[in-house]
Amino acid sequence: MISKLDYGWLVLGLVLLIVGHTWGLFIAPPEREMGEVYRIIYTHVPSAWMALLAFTVTLVASLVYLFRGSFKADAVAEASAEVGVFFNVLCLLTGSIWGKPTWGVYWTWDPRLTTAAIMCIAFAGYLALRRFVLIPERRASWSAIVAIIIYADIPLVWFSVKWWNSLHQLQSSPKTVSPEMYWPLRVAAFAFLFLMIGFIRVRYHLATVRQSVELAEPPELEAVAKESAA
Amino acid sequence: MPRLRLPPDMSESTTIPALPSAGHEHTRPAGPSVFKMTASVIKKDLLIEWRGRARVNSTLFFAILTLLLFSFAMGPQSALLAKVAGGFFWLALLLSSVMSLSESMRIESDNDALEGLKLLPVSPVALFVGKAIVNTLYLFALAMVLLPMVAAVYGVSFSMGVAPLALVMFLGSAAISAPGTLYAAIAVQARARDVLLPMLLFPVVVPALLGAVKSTGLIIEGDPMGQLGGWITLLVAFCVSYWVLCTLLFGRVIED
Repeated sequence: MISKLDYGWLVLGLVLLIVGHTWGLFIAPPEREMGEVYRIIYTHVPSAWMALLAFTVTLVASLVYLFRGSFKADAVAEASAEVGVFFNVLCLLTGSIWGKPTWGVYWTWDPRLTTAAIMCIAFAGYLALRRFVLIPERRASWSAIVAIIIYADIPLVWFSVKWWNSLHQLQSSPKTVSPEMYWPLRVAAFAFLFLMIGFIRVRYHLATVRQSVELAEPPELEAVAKESAA
Repeated sequence: MPRLRLPPDMSESTTIPALPSAGHEHTRPAGPSVFKMTASVIKKDLLIEWRGRARVNSTLFFAILTLLLFSFAMGPQSALLAKVAGGFFWLALLLSSVMSLSESMRIESDNDALEGLKLLPVSPVALFVGKAIVNTLYLFALAMVLLPMVAAVYGVSFSMGVAPLALVMFLGSAAISAPGTLYAAIAVQARARDVLLPMLLFPVVVPALLGAVKSTGLIIEGDPMGQLGGWITLLVAFCVSYWVLCTLLFGRVIED
């Protein structure tokens, strides 16, 4: 069941989100060349990090499922893939909004953008596969296999598009960014991290409840129905 | 967390009693090697294709039609068509590959043929490699049939000759076939199989598609900067990674 700890992560994330974004939007100075437009990085950059982190969790959970056969790992994979797609979409949307005033276009075929888009579509396919397979054991091992194949594809997509076309600016490091800007970014990144952990935990509980219904034998099914009715 | 449980009468007797043996330890007779099994799978699939011609019927005209439709969509500008010929050629091949790949696994799901193969037992490695090789050969043959048609319809000439083009065709076909065969094995057993296979396959083959399209374009238009080697290396890297990865993972796809 969803515990107080899960709500704790979400509340902590929300508080840091408010602090970090207030700091980033109102207190941090405008950027020299981009002016106020740059402030979207406080949402865009953390969401890109969290999408990659969530998909890495999916990969690890998938490997654990294939080697150990634990349905808990499968539930973690399901939860983190869904949360990862959410952050990935957020990253693509905020990136497009930022791209229009800065580059003059919403979309361009840059390695980072293209890789993020392909990753998003590929994991959306992963989530669709999970809906299309009804037998729990098959769904778990097939989706684990698909997750590994998609994850292995990310560096290949990245290098191929990099050769093909490149426009995205190089990533900044704390050394090249003023402390007045990177501190709110750090706070925002931790806010997103805690929110992501909270989301994954809540979604994990939902996945385990669904599994317990799927894997239960008839008498247990009745017990689950009574429990949820109560 | 309830787990799937065996009925009580089955969970007790999971060990199979040893067969009586005359003096020496009973061992299973050694089956044919993986290479032999792979060769048998290839032979079997080619024979089925030769007798039924299901793939030729379903994909050849579809691919030709796709090529024609692409040129209708672009309008009759021969300069523009020659520029995009490589891209359209690979898209037509990729779209046709979906039918060819699902056909290669459909023949195993009919009459539960896959169960029979597993009981023989055919090793999953041999089954995957054999099927992926047949898929590669079929796509390569289709590419070779489409090539003269591309040259005619899009008005292109191959400035670097047919040999490098054949290499790119082969690598591109192999690149589509490795993840394609594995995903077809998943899709054929799932609901909505016709939607699932392209949805899973297309995002994954993007690097191979880029490499194949770029190489084909360079072969058509000439390669003054010497970029062809890099793109072929990318195709080879994709093929090696996915042939190894999918061979390792295929056993888990067809297990019960």
